Amino acid sequence: MPPDPPAASTRSRVIPIVALKTGAADELAGSEGDSSVVASLYQADKKIYARSVSGLFSRWRWTLVWATQLVFYGIPWLSLNDRQAVLFELASRRFYIFNLVLYPQDLIYLTGLLVISALSLFLFTAVAGRLWCGYACPQTVYTEIFMWVERKIEGDRAARMRLDNAPLSFAKVWRKGAKHAVWIAIGLWTGFTFVGYFTPIRELAQDVQSLSMGPWEWFWIVFYGFATYGNAGWMREQVCKYMCPYARFQSAMFDRDTLIVTYDEARGEGRGVRSRSDTQAQYQAKGLGDCIDCGLCVQVCPTGIDIRNGLQYECISCSACIDVCNTVMDKMHYPRGLIRYSTPNGMRLKLSTAAMVRRVLRPRVLIYTTALLTVCIAVLGSLVTRTPFKVDVVRDRGAMARIVGQGQIENVYRLQIMNATEKSQQYQLSVSGMPGARVVSETSVQVDAAAARWVAVRVQAPADAAGSGSHPMVFQITGSGGQGVLAEKSAFLVPR
Amino acid sequence: MSDFINGFWPWYVAAISLVSILACALLLWIAGKTKVQVRAGAVDDNTTGHVWDENLRELNNPLPRWWMWLFILTVIFSLAYLAIYPGLGSYQGAAKWSTQSEHKDDIAALQVQVAPLYAEFSAKSVEALARDPRALAIGERQFMNTCSQCHGSDGRGSKSYPDLTTGNAAWLGERSAAHIVQTVTNGRTGMMPPMAAALPGATDVTDVAHYVLSLSGSPFNEVKAFNGKQKFAVCAACHGMDGKGNKALGAPNLTDDYWLHGWGEAAIVNIIKNGKANVMPAQAPKLSADQIHVVAAYVLSIGGLPPVASATAAK
Repeated sequence: MPPDPPAASTRSRVIPIVALKTGAADELAGSEGDSSVVASLYQADKKIYARSVSGLFSRWRWTLVWATQLVFYGIPWLSLNDRQAVLFELASRRFYIFNLVLYPQDLIYLTGLLVISALSLFLFTAVAGRLWCGYACPQTVYTEIFMWVERKIEGDRAARMRLDNAPLSFAKVWRKGAKHAVWIAIGLWTGFTFVGYFTPIRELAQDVQSLSMGPWEWFWIVFYGFATYGNAGWMREQVCKYMCPYARFQSAMFDRDTLIVTYDEARGEGRGVRSRSDTQAQYQAKGLGDCIDCGLCVQVCPTGIDIRNGLQYECISCSACIDVCNTVMDKMHYPRGLIRYSTPNGMRLKLSTAAMVRRVLRPRVLIYTTALLTVCIAVLGSLVTRTPFKVDVVRDRGAMARIVGQGQIENVYRLQIMNATEKSQQYQLSVSGMPGARVVSETSVQVDAAAARWVAVRVQAPADAAGSGSHPMVFQITGSGGQGVLAEKSAFLVPR
Repeated sequence: MSDFINGFWPWYVAAISLVSILACALLLWIAGKTKVQVRAGAVDDNTTGHVWDENLRELNNPLPRWWMWLFILTVIFSLAYLAIYPGLGSYQGAAKWSTQSEHKDDIAALQVQVAPLYAEFSAKSVEALARDPRALAIGERQFMNTCSQCHGSDGRGSKSYPDLTTGNAAWLGERSAAHIVQTVTNGRTGMMPPMAAALPGATDVTDVAHYVLSLSGSPFNEVKAFNGKQKFAVCAACHGMDGKGNKALGAPNLTDDYWLHGWGEAAIVNIIKNGKANVMPAQAPKLSADQIHVVAAYVLSIGGLPPVASATAAK
């Protein structure tokens, strides 16, 4: 950037973020005006034209793209037990996940899932850096899809840059328009699929054809579609750099044995252009390393950084630079891996792969693994052994207790029995813990499939069974067909 | 904004809100225009050039410009919000929205939704509704909301709150649709005068109590009951000579095993001495006539319905 012309005339004020004449700022000799430039307080947009890349890690990313998208777009179309296999019904508050029917009371499983996700992120990050960011994050996955569309319509990096700089023409409008149309279509399909998790997708599909969705379905399809289009089409690396919280706190899981994308500085420097016929001895004699300074690693980078500057917070570990550098090394007949997955310690101490693998077993990783396994086992165990119904007991509040017939004390309870199966079920009620107490109303209750039912239950005990006051009592609700027994605590009141 | 008793405060709040928002907008505008002088190398190495303690450098990471537009959007949003919704002092907003009006609209929308259902229910008799599971499901919820506080979730009442599940004999009035609708709509007042003055003798009240116990086959003292039989004449005006009560007066039947105000000598003596005033409040202000129609059907249903004879007989 050219130095600023006489400064006073072009700027109104000066914020003194100007070098002190010490240390790193030694090169700043001369007057202030000569060594400074005028800049905005905000960073200007710098569009990144990522060059396409192919190779091992690129294939892995595309595998993950297919895997995650087949799951996301496919699952709402599966059917099971005459209903959508995965459906989160907000209106009736039933959450169907294949054979599971969850109630809002099962929120603990969502907590468990989130804890498992968080611990997995910790573990994978500690071992292999930002694996999630590079391969599986929706931001990466949709950006990959959107960039593929862009490449098919506008061409690769150089063609796209030419097109952007070209004056307005029919070809430019056509190509840009086509690209955005395809992007918006993908975005809307994503929004439609997302809403399909909450409202039966086959009915939704018919509603969409006749544009007769409800207001909230409209809103979420358009909003989610717009978010996909905006994030994957326009925002891209800005999301990772400025918006994503995971990107920030993942660096807390890094240590010197974490696998990251690294440039082998010792082997690569000094970088420079050389004749392809130069032997190693010849170019080393000129003071050159293996890096030919072709700049391809910068051109393929989706976040626009130069990996040769070392680990940077922008790096999402997508490994595009590894793939492209390996193709260059192949062409030059140099060994691969000038840029490779390695650990900072591995680079510094020149560790073998086996030595780096041995270092995986370090306290941080072991603690994350133990915590993750514990939570996984706890959640799975609780899912497998869960009783497929729930009961809430509510004591009648208006009348504490009543005396019926000749000296029997009667308490009234309302039991809400929630059937978490997809068949009509019979439940048996009994009480224990209060001497002489028995259920005198109907002890067998029928509850429809995936329904909840309130039943009034009368419990009687002899007046002389216990003194006046509140006595703990337990309701036992037995499901038919070995569904288990639930015990719900309540109290039996004896009046004075 | 009725929270303020002084007309000054709404203006004060509105002024602070507006001035703050406009100040934010002004700050954004100035910051967007401002150019600053930075070290020539700063653009490349992202540092301000400040160095402390040999190697600590101050990073310079300016905000991306699009983020500024998000802030400007929030300013536009807040102004639009304040124009449409209440929030600016006592200004009601262009949409005239309030929680009360929303509640009213929701109720109105619900009423439109259920109107056909209630029209269908109202066309039927209470007796017919008592056999309609849809009406009973609605009636049960109304009962739980409005009636169960006194009569219990199972409708079996408690001391001084009548059991609604008994047969007609134990009811204070007729167990009929018309009577239930009448009671729910207008309420009822029950009154038994204190009888202590009419039974002045030292053992009179206890004697009558034992006679009353004997009527229902409860354990009693034969001598006292024998003495009480003559004195029961003062009770017979309402409860009848045979003690079977009088539904027209709401006087309970004393010969069955149902004891609204408590069983046993002590409870009966207390009632005879002190009398009893009991009130069922009118529900008309809370429930519409259509709703009372449905809840009466539910009340009729919980005590058990007679077998459907008419339909088969007609064939």
